[in-house]
Amino acid sequence: MLNTSRRRVKTLLATGAIAATAALVLSGCGSRADDATAAAAGSSCIDTSGDTIKLGFLNSLTGGMAISEKTVSNVLHMAADEINADGGILGKQIEYIQEDGATDWPTFAEKTEKLLTQDCVAAIFGGWTSSSRKAVKPVVEELNGLFFYPVQYEGLEASPNIYYTGATTNQQIIPAMDFLAAEGVKTLFLAGSDYVFPRTANAIIKLYAAELGIEIVGEEYVPLDKDDWTTQVAKIAAAKPDFVFNTINGSSNVGFIKAYYDAGLTPETTPIISVSIAEEEAPAMGHEVTGNYASWNYFQSLDTPDNPKFIEDWKAYPGSSGVTSDPMEAAYISLYLYKALVEKAGSFEVDAVNAAAAEGGITFDAPEGTVTLNGDNHHISKPGHIGRINADNQFDIVWESDGFIEPDPFLDGYDWFPADVRDALVASAG
Amino acid sequence: MTKFTTRLPLIGIGVFAVLLLVVAPAVLSEHWISNLGKYCCLAIAAVGIGLAWGRGGMLVMGQGVFFGLGAYAMAMHLTLETAGPGALPGFMILYDPLAPLPAFWEPFRSEVFTLVAIVLLPVIVSAILGYALFKRRVKGAYFAILTQALAVALAVLISSTIRETGGDTGLSNFKYFFGYVLNDEANKLMVYLIAAALLVVCLLAVWQFNRSRFGELLVATRDAEERVRFLGYDPANIKLFAFVVAAVMASIGGAMFVPIVGIITPQEIGASASILMIAGVALGGRASLFGPALGAMAIGWGQSSLGSSWPEGWIYILGLIFIFVILFLPMGLSSLFDRAKGLIRRSSDEPGPATPELREVVK
Amino acid sequence: MDELLPPLLNGTALGALLLLAALGLTLTFGQMGVINMAHGEFIMAGAFVAYVTQQVIPSSDLSIPLALPLAFVVAGFLGLLLEVTIIQWMYRRPLDTLLATVGVALILQQAALQIFPAQGVPVEKPSWLDGQIDVLGYEWPLRQVFTIVLAAACVAALAAWLKYSSFGRRIRATVQNRDLAETSGVATRSVDRITFFVGSGLAGVAGVAASLIGGTNSQMGVQYIIPAFLVVVAGGIGQIAGTVIAALAVGIAMTFFAYWTSGSLAQVLAFVLVVIFLQIRPQGLFTVRTRGLA
Repeated sequence: MLNTSRRRVKTLLATGAIAATAALVLSGCGSRADDATAAAAGSSCIDTSGDTIKLGFLNSLTGGMAISEKTVSNVLHMAADEINADGGILGKQIEYIQEDGATDWPTFAEKTEKLLTQDCVAAIFGGWTSSSRKAVKPVVEELNGLFFYPVQYEGLEASPNIYYTGATTNQQIIPAMDFLAAEGVKTLFLAGSDYVFPRTANAIIKLYAAELGIEIVGEEYVPLDKDDWTTQVAKIAAAKPDFVFNTINGSSNVGFIKAYYDAGLTPETTPIISVSIAEEEAPAMGHEVTGNYASWNYFQSLDTPDNPKFIEDWKAYPGSSGVTSDPMEAAYISLYLYKALVEKAGSFEVDAVNAAAAEGGITFDAPEGTVTLNGDNHHISKPGHIGRINADNQFDIVWESDGFIEPDPFLDGYDWFPADVRDALVASAG
Repeated sequence: MTKFTTRLPLIGIGVFAVLLLVVAPAVLSEHWISNLGKYCCLAIAAVGIGLAWGRGGMLVMGQGVFFGLGAYAMAMHLTLETAGPGALPGFMILYDPLAPLPAFWEPFRSEVFTLVAIVLLPVIVSAILGYALFKRRVKGAYFAILTQALAVALAVLISSTIRETGGDTGLSNFKYFFGYVLNDEANKLMVYLIAAALLVVCLLAVWQFNRSRFGELLVATRDAEERVRFLGYDPANIKLFAFVVAAVMASIGGAMFVPIVGIITPQEIGASASILMIAGVALGGRASLFGPALGAMAIGWGQSSLGSSWPEGWIYILGLIFIFVILFLPMGLSSLFDRAKGLIRRSSDEPGPATPELREVVK
Repeated sequence: MDELLPPLLNGTALGALLLLAALGLTLTFGQMGVINMAHGEFIMAGAFVAYVTQQVIPSSDLSIPLALPLAFVVAGFLGLLLEVTIIQWMYRRPLDTLLATVGVALILQQAALQIFPAQGVPVEKPSWLDGQIDVLGYEWPLRQVFTIVLAAACVAALAAWLKYSSFGRRIRATVQNRDLAETSGVATRSVDRITFFVGSGLAGVAGVAASLIGGTNSQMGVQYIIPAFLVVVAGGIGQIAGTVIAALAVGIAMTFFAYWTSGSLAQVLAFVLVVIFLQIRPQGLFTVRTRGLA
């Protein structure tokens, strides 16, 4: 008995060893870290022979982030329909492939790879959370694909394979801080969800606040999927700040606003400025959010030449939520920006598109105004706006930046941002 | 004849190994090889769940914890390897470029330490946890809920320690795998083959275990724990062993998930990920040898293909799989196979042994 | 004292919410052994009932009190439907109810995402819950007081129903010894159904309370299910008194942890503490000795 079982163990070990060795031998031809020939860029398989061009849309249609991303997906469909009705891109009709990121960052990476290598799409549009973008980034860089990201984010990033049509920090966070300084704010409380955007944004806010002479009297984080903010709001009520800077994302905002209102805090005593509450999100909070502020580039209430048509088209589009918001508008821009890039390049090839971007001069008459693409960092110029939420869950514009703000993702133009951090970040990104 | 039937699983494993290691690389595209590699990782964890739950009756709802231990051990090593000697990982620079590397990261610079940790970490954690729970005779729903709570706790802990672990974004952007460039077709194939080979090894190990006296005792403990105790065995030790083996398998699955998928996040180890691991095992057949692995691969495949073409529908299908399999096929699809085998035996009037797969798990 | 009072009161309110979420489980899990992972989605259903009621009766002063019984009935019927279609075939396989109801939870979440606006819907608080009361200098939000009162009312009603009504006696008889109850003329099948109806209905009531605290959307149920089960397990299966104490303890502990550390760490610490507590007392705070439960 003992002998047989021992023999069995030996067989088992031997089989395992053979299998493992086979695996290693079979692939002995793979490159090592020190090989000079390593990094082989993925070859493109974009098919431009027919009269259609494939584009990939990658949004979470299921899971927790579906509550935000479904709208972005819808507006991308609308933009594609519009472009198609108008003759397409370089005469080719857009054939879009919608993928579900399923609120799961590895799925974002997997679908990106699938869209680029299986479907051979010319570019991918979508993503919402910074985590989803960070999951996509290595894949598009490795396969030399294109990714258009439509949401405001924490900056400190510039990938040759990503175009950022939402705001970077100097187009949303810094204008918000300038607004607070102009309002004479002396004390500020930071409330955010516990993930990369609020953490990084708050790190930048703290640096700039020191510069502006604003004191940070508290900083609280709650997990993204948690609604209960009572403890943190009690701390806000005790700290009595002049303003609350809110970097909470998703439905957790509803819990925050309710707890804030319950505690007797009002926009008169302790106003909030948010960077993730837009026309889409505000209705779910009812009247309790009325009177608070938000910093965005686009508002539905903006008075620009191209805004009315955008709003009208969206309201008429099937599956529309009836209101327009900044991330939607940025997604809408992204597709048109791509069209402009391709038409300037005269090609769908990634390198040609990037070369056209580097030449500069790409503009688009967006609902927020005429935006210009920065060919070096792949961000776009944007106007800064502060809106105040009114009873109809629309925003009254109370402050605007001095013209369009050039994108500055690494905050080169701001000397209060430590140079060693910037250098280290740029080095680690490369 | 009897010899043939006892050898049948071994032949099955052999066929499975040939399919995974020889046929798949020959016929599948790079994209599907990488997907298949991911399914293999989930299948490795599922084989362990099959042992703990199907054979041992412990519904392990928190295998994400062990999947995560292996995955993060591997990811930390690959992150440091990518950053280069002495350098900080990119995400840490964001929060404080001058602070040193957290102490618990330092040993993961070593390749040997990482490999040892992938096996030893889950052993230590599962042994402590299992010892405490089984000695106190925590079982059934209590055990399921407690393990699930731990998976949630670990996921939240990682999400909230953004500077130390990368937080919700997770760890990604790995360039090298033990000296091999990951962005290289041949090396990707190698990583896949390692995962597939490990899956085959795990299947062999479980097959061997099931045939052993210990395997018999485990099933006996599942079906009548008190009787096993009266016979003089300590059910806690038997369950503990199966639990530890399952934990190690989950950890190995997690470790291979990292180079294949290229990213690990707290979501992959949290509540819904842990439950999804169970789904495949339930579908395939919790107590059978191949059921958990094939079920996990089927769920993985469904997610990549159906989840692509019809995302909303996939969620409904997944929900219905849970309901219908549990309701009508509690022993999974493999019980159909066993029933068919039983029918053949009955028709040839050969009395077959009562397979544990057919027995309902009654608490 | 000034430092400790706000977290203590906030924690009590959080505990009351956990208690509302867990109370139904003391019936379905505690009394019947069914692990209903769709309980969180029944809470969600209750919250959506509050929203729909408010669409019909715009005055939130009236619609919220009206939504409470409506949510009870709607969630109760959802539970009944679940019992009749799925649960009743699995009473001898409690662990399997867990997995089957995970499937139900997935389907309900996705259905809610597709039926209602994806961003979630607003539920307005009644105006009589505006404001705060002064407790030793701390302005305690009335809404928190309301959660506590609602939880207390539900506990009292449930306890009285179980203790004094003839139906309650039949439930207790069935739980303690199903076979004997059946031979004594108790229709155990209908007892099961009504118990499940009431247990699920209580989730609906919890949903109305939750809709006044956080967002009403397809994902809202997820955050309640694990804490609710932990509370029931820690309290001792089927013990209302134990559930009350455990819910308050977890709520207050979580709030203090959140007060001293961070919202994320508080959750980790609370979960780990419950697991450690159950090492020490695997049977929970209170135990019932029966012949029926293994």
